[in-house]
Amino acid sequence: MTQDPLEIYRKMMLIRECEAQLNDAFARNLFPGYIHSYLGQEACAVGVCDGLSDTDTIVSNHRGRGHYVAKGMALKPMVAEMFGKATGICGGRGGEMHAADPAIGVLGGNGIVGGGLPIAAGAALSAQMDGKGAVSVAFFGDGASNNGSFGETLNVAAAWKLPLILVCENNLYAEMTPLARTVGQPDIALRAAGYGLPGEVVDGNDVLAVREAAGRAIGRARAGDGPTLLELKTYRWGGHFEGDPRKYRTREEEAAWKERCPVARYRAVLLDDRGIDEARIADLEAQVAAEVAEAITFALESPLPVAETALTKVFAA
Amino acid sequence: MATKTYCWAIVDAMREEMERDETVFLIGEDVGAPEGAFGASRGLQKTFGPSRVRDTPISEEIIVGLGVGAAMTGRRPIVEIMFIDFLGLCLDQIANQAAKTHYIYDGMFKMPLVIRTSSAVEMGIGPHHSQSWEAIVGHIPGLKVVMPSTPRDAKGLLKSAIRDNNPVVFIEHIALHRLKEEIEDEELLIPIGKADVKRQGRDVTVVASGLMVARALAAAKTLAKDGIEVEVVDPRTISPIDYDTIVDSVRKTNRALVVTSSHKQFGFGSEVAAEVQERAFFDLDQPVKRLSPPFTPAPFGKQFDDYLNPNTDAIVAAVHELVA
Repeated sequence: MTQDPLEIYRKMMLIRECEAQLNDAFARNLFPGYIHSYLGQEACAVGVCDGLSDTDTIVSNHRGRGHYVAKGMALKPMVAEMFGKATGICGGRGGEMHAADPAIGVLGGNGIVGGGLPIAAGAALSAQMDGKGAVSVAFFGDGASNNGSFGETLNVAAAWKLPLILVCENNLYAEMTPLARTVGQPDIALRAAGYGLPGEVVDGNDVLAVREAAGRAIGRARAGDGPTLLELKTYRWGGHFEGDPRKYRTREEEAAWKERCPVARYRAVLLDDRGIDEARIADLEAQVAAEVAEAITFALESPLPVAETALTKVFAA
Repeated sequence: MATKTYCWAIVDAMREEMERDETVFLIGEDVGAPEGAFGASRGLQKTFGPSRVRDTPISEEIIVGLGVGAAMTGRRPIVEIMFIDFLGLCLDQIANQAAKTHYIYDGMFKMPLVIRTSSAVEMGIGPHHSQSWEAIVGHIPGLKVVMPSTPRDAKGLLKSAIRDNNPVVFIEHIALHRLKEEIEDEELLIPIGKADVKRQGRDVTVVASGLMVARALAAAKTLAKDGIEVEVVDPRTISPIDYDTIVDSVRKTNRALVVTSSHKQFGFGSEVAAEVQERAFFDLDQPVKRLSPPFTPAPFGKQFDDYLNPNTDAIVAAVHELVA
């Protein structure tokens, strides 16, 4: 865990800036596909990943940039991947829903909601067999919690005491359907008890609360005490993807959640509780904004991959 | 040399590879203490312990997913899906995750995963245990699909599959489990992607897979009495198919029949027929023939199986039509 409170803020701001600048680039039609914005959920990824090291693994989902940045993926190749450029971390063939870096334990995103949970369990099984205390984290949303893979993963993880932290970012919307319409009870963490593992509801917009809860879960997993389900209550500021007209919710609801902005909240903690002065924070913000702008320029100036490379790497040697 | 059954050949292959490489492990329904629903993991848990040979819940998606995640983090998992009919419960992990991970991530991860599964076509068990689904997995780029027809092939191909850095769907056939064959004691590795000419002949090429190989060989014996020499090609690997061996054979015989336990519609037989016609149209004296079960599910009971599936007589008759 980092002891530098500004480092946590820097990571949150990196995500915030990435999302803002990428949304802007997407709106200008600078890259194809979709963009699934992580705006509003910054405290989740940063709070969880703060307790992980490079030998711990994460499995992300379609809304994955927050996780990539929080786990320490290099910015330029990550951003270039979003643009589908040859300099991207996957050579541009993964795109917006798929980035990975085995060197820092990022085992990829996913285009299939719920597809990553079983993979994270597999990484946890490897870690358990290795016996070196590494842990595996699965990031997924409330939508994925209604997929069969969720139940299968919780059950096996509990039965085998896998070193797995199941992080459900409950942002209240499964694509365009409000969670309340598809579940019988709104606290996903309560399901943990039925499978025999601890579950905890956490304020997902409070980075310090997330960090603390994740720290406990990671500690249990490292000690061989098995998995934990963390439900981080948060809110997706944007639509399912950018351009989604968000007819399924009110602008008032969105404004109320923006009042609880996780970045602004932690900024206030730095100013009021930690005595860090405004000028230092503003400097850091400017530096982060410039860093992201540079990564976007790098991506824009990078070439697209040559189409013929689609024929390569279907199989490994 | 020792005489081995198909089932023991599979046990031996896993045992040898687990002894050789400690990253190899086996998980699946009833593979541990019960030693396999069909006995194909006999003795393995006793030797390698309950961590490396593990019973899972009946949860096919997590069974394959555990394999995917473990393969991405340095292990060589063998996961068992008891019947191929259950692939529907885990197709996302097979087709979207295992098959594409190396590709999507630009080669950053290898996927040394073996998915062992069994077909029970013609065993009278009913519609959810009677399918030959090799074409379903054969349609997915990034997967290798292997379907051995003899004990020796089963052993040599399974050992190669375990050492392969790609996901391999390894399709056994339960009706073949008791088949016996002499297998050498030395290390046996049979390359994936290489067809085997099981019988040489000059008149007709019969491409047969899985359960149909023995039947094609029996038909060839009968036909030889009438002076018709059949060449039997067993592709062994469904994907990537060894078209070269098949086409070379057809160029020699000028006639081809494909016999499968799977349906003609969008199937393996159709794939072979199309490729042969594209590559060797002017070498063909007759259109390529296909022999397959009709496009229906398989009801419960042997009488239906016997009625629906190609038998030796049907192969003999089809070859007679080709040489007429």
